Amino acid sequence: MSDKQKLTVIPFGPQHPVLPEPIQLQFYVDEERIVDVLPNLGYVHRGIERATELNDYRRNIYLCERICGICNVIHGQTYAGIIEKLTDTEVPTRAKYLRTIWAEVARLQSHLLWLGLFSESIGFESLFMKIWRDRELVLELTEATNGHRIHMGTTVIGGVSKDMDERLQSRYLTDMDRLRKEVDDWSHVFYKDAAVREKTIGKGILPKADAVHLGAVGPTVRGSGVPMDMRCNGYEAYGELDFKPITHDGCDSYARTLVRLDEVYQSIELIKRAVNQLPEGPLANKNDRFPDGVAIYRTEQPRGECFYYAVGNGTIHLERCRIRTPTLPNIPPLLQMLVGHDVADIPTIVHSIDPCISCTERITYVKEAA
Amino acid sequence: MPRFLGNILENLFGKPATVRYPFERPEHVPGTRGEISFDMSKCDQCQDCERLCPSGAIEVDVEGKRIEWDPYRCIYCHLCVRSCMHQAITALDNVQPPVYRLEKKVFET
Repeated sequence: MSDKQKLTVIPFGPQHPVLPEPIQLQFYVDEERIVDVLPNLGYVHRGIERATELNDYRRNIYLCERICGICNVIHGQTYAGIIEKLTDTEVPTRAKYLRTIWAEVARLQSHLLWLGLFSESIGFESLFMKIWRDRELVLELTEATNGHRIHMGTTVIGGVSKDMDERLQSRYLTDMDRLRKEVDDWSHVFYKDAAVREKTIGKGILPKADAVHLGAVGPTVRGSGVPMDMRCNGYEAYGELDFKPITHDGCDSYARTLVRLDEVYQSIELIKRAVNQLPEGPLANKNDRFPDGVAIYRTEQPRGECFYYAVGNGTIHLERCRIRTPTLPNIPPLLQMLVGHDVADIPTIVHSIDPCISCTERITYVKEAA
Repeated sequence: MPRFLGNILENLFGKPATVRYPFERPEHVPGTRGEISFDMSKCDQCQDCERLCPSGAIEVDVEGKRIEWDPYRCIYCHLCVRSCMHQAITALDNVQPPVYRLEKKVFET
């Protein structure tokens, strides 16, 4: 600590133009170079886990969908998945396909949102506007599906609550073709533009061994060349869609950007494939048991692996529901990425893990007055 | 530069992507999850909607035959609309306009 006392401390956040949500990072800097970083969380603790224990387990699905606005579809599906495990409910194949399609739509809008925000953190405002204009296509598709732009709310325990008729299916196919054309219009900027490359290549290095050792998830770990993706486990309909994870070996912010950009193309292909293969059948099976036992369930969110652990005791309430969102395991790698870089690189490096702080907060520490 | 030119021409002569809101209203999507309204002639006060509502926005007074719905607690999931046995709850496809006071809506026979 004696060495640290000579260093300048720069607080970054909790309110900062780059951060959409409150997290504080204290940077110990030696002139312009970052020597150490201390994170400080706990500004938006909402008590979600306690609320899941107090609620009826059937109502929880709506609560879990509201943990994160961007990942709402996949949070709902993960909670439904774990309850289906605890109650031995079988999900019909058509419902599995529909869940996959809607999860990929959520991934598309999240990645487009991130690519826009990331280009804004570089200072590329026109690219940000162009990407967000194309994101509207996906949001309109979500609205046409079930009436809300962000919260789709189609998942129920045992299946889905909404069907996809032929008119909607053909709209999905044409809109995906249109979106692909629009993405082609600006994706070359990420591959070729000097401003983007200079701000990202060689910044926020996370070597492959460290990414595994520190437990990074999602595009952060895939940007370091580790093919770790929960969709490989083949939950929902991913097993039948010939899914292969996308990796890049750059280990820097640029590699993480390319992983997300390629995943946009991959999601478009997956949606088209799933809509073309959509089988006939019922939408949901009824579950007539209370959750009993212990289970875990993992899904892949746009930001990485989402982990649920639940204990049921045969009553209408869950005894415990642990929710780990992907930003939490991505914070230790972030702290390592930042060390050794300049202060000017902080926004792009912090953004490169796609932090979603409100979903992450599970505990708050209150210091007692002396 | 030629790549920019196409983009510039498109932006100069193309339609804007945004809507000039107070003067033009955006296109209304049928099936938007908006406010709900209770048809008290069909309702038999079974309280299913009150029990199922995830946010506790519906209060059913069985004796007084009245229902109070709080639009500011409601999360607009339309679970009540789907689950009502008598189809007494109608979904409107509107978006609630801004208000001065947070008041509950009361439905009476």
